[in-house]
Amino acid sequence: MLKGQAHKFGSDISTDLIAPGRYFHLRSNLPELAKHVLEDADPEFASIVKSGDFVVADSNFGLGSSREHAPIIIKMAGVAAVLAKSFARIFFRNAINVGLPVLICDTDQIGQGDELEVDLAAGIIKDKTNGIELTFSKIPEAMLKILDEGGLVPYIKKHGDFKL
Amino acid sequence: MGKTLVEKILSNKSGTDAVAGGIAIAKVDVAFVQDGTGPLAVRQFDEAGFAKVANPDKSILFLDHAAPSPNQQLSNDHMLLRQFSKNTGVQLSEVGEGVCHQIVAESYASPGDVVVGADSHTVTAGAFSAVATGMGSTDIAVAMALGKTWFRVPETYKIVVNGKFQKGVYPKDLILHLIGMIGADGATYKALEFAGDTIDAMSMVGRLTIANMAVEAGAKVGLFASDETTRDYLIKQGRGDSYVAIAPDADAVYERVIEIDAGTIEPTVSKPHTVDNTALAKELGDVKIQQVFMGTCTNGRLNDFAVAAGILKGKKRHADTRLLIAPASRKVLSDAIAAGYIQTLLDAGATIMPPGCAACVGVHQGILGDGEVCLSTANRNFKGRMGNPDSYIYLASPATAAASAITGRITDPREVV
Ligand code: SF4
Repeated sequence: MLKGQAHKFGSDISTDLIAPGRYFHLRSNLPELAKHVLEDADPEFASIVKSGDFVVADSNFGLGSSREHAPIIIKMAGVAAVLAKSFARIFFRNAINVGLPVLICDTDQIGQGDELEVDLAAGIIKDKTNGIELTFSKIPEAMLKILDEGGLVPYIKKHGDFKL
Repeated sequence: MGKTLVEKILSNKSGTDAVAGGIAIAKVDVAFVQDGTGPLAVRQFDEAGFAKVANPDKSILFLDHAAPSPNQQLSNDHMLLRQFSKNTGVQLSEVGEGVCHQIVAESYASPGDVVVGADSHTVTAGAFSAVATGMGSTDIAVAMALGKTWFRVPETYKIVVNGKFQKGVYPKDLILHLIGMIGADGATYKALEFAGDTIDAMSMVGRLTIANMAVEAGAKVGLFASDETTRDYLIKQGRGDSYVAIAPDADAVYERVIEIDAGTIEPTVSKPHTVDNTALAKELGDVKIQQVFMGTCTNGRLNDFAVAAGILKGKKRHADTRLLIAPASRKVLSDAIAAGYIQTLLDAGATIMPPGCAACVGVHQGILGDGEVCLSTANRNFKGRMGNPDSYIYLASPATAAASAITGRITDPREVV
């Protein structure tokens, strides 16, 4: 069970907003880059996010470039999962590959700062603040196999090949 | 049941019956990373314990996004990639060779290929009738090592374009128009397949521009059937023997068919800060611009500079508008010099930048000041994209960009030619 606070974002949160190009030179220094996570969407976010919190967005989260640094630094910031109405496909696949759960659900009902409990196995999100219970779409089976191993590198280390 | 282009190619490369919605584990023909995504791919390659690359001749490391390097950290990243190339025998495309997608088009992609790159605009190679798509660093590290990757076979939207473009209208206007129509997530997870007499008559360069921007509608691939135009382009690149004719089956199943009359399209512009926020150039005449940027994997090719030089010949850029030119590759630069376009652009007041991504991604060169506006021929106008979140990016065709450089405000090219 994951427990934490919701940090709300709008729609079309691009990878440029998550990991801005002006910090390109920090890509080989992920802890430094992580200090700027989501900076151009919410300059305060990196300083207020706590380990176990959730990023909760509208639709098309993670559109744009293929930079895997985007989901990596969201995860490094302590975010337990990203919840959105929809995700851009490269971001979704990258998030799974780096072991960051990405959940598709109706995020309209979740408020800024709400206390959430997410049961990944059961597919249920409880909003303790407003008492609402939401379900999220199942992660596709092939991706769940990768996520279950903690990401693509551990998956390949264990299986040596794609056994999807 | 008939197959779409993506189903055909993935069936062939996976040795299975690939049908939309299913999973295919496919052989990878071309795999690449660039200097922004490569260092992480190298680290993941090492972390996974790989020692060898499956197909080093068609695995490439491109130094293009930060080229030449603007600082110590990125210089060290370049060193890491050069060393990886020495260790594994993969190809290195050095600083100054050009943008990855242009070089893939010039030297690597062929009809029927599976092309994967750690860069979202890998879709560009779809112009060759290749399944070409962007992935993250880890996926590409694994694809390079194993020579294969997995795909969810996408459903296909067929985009049928018929009719002739009006004067001043180009393939860039068509793709901006389409994205404005269906939205930045209008084709998420889908394949786009382009067809119709406008597409049949279109040059490879135009097809590359369109395929390049398929990802801006969320698509996984943007494909064109291969034909004589594809063959001629390959012959000109000295790769004629890699040509194969590939077309979708007549009874292929499409999730959606979108028809566009090319004759109704007008010069189109994406306004800040999303690509689907489109308007007509003629409606934006009040927007003053401080910088015009012409180049990138979308519109940095010879024909693009031919159009720009045609408009700027004997004219000068507006005194308040900088004009930055970045050819997409060394070959484009060389050909543009030979054709006289570069001289024309220089005479018009342009600054010529080295082949590469240049000002596109906010790493170096051409970063905007606070509140400044850029009209770019690139593919993305997200907030902060060009290095300053307090600036504004409009996207347009090279013709609109050239016309606007003269007037210093967004200008429909039909106004000046
Ligand atoms: S030119 Fe721009 S869009 Fe194309 S690969 Fe380079 S940074 Fe990406």
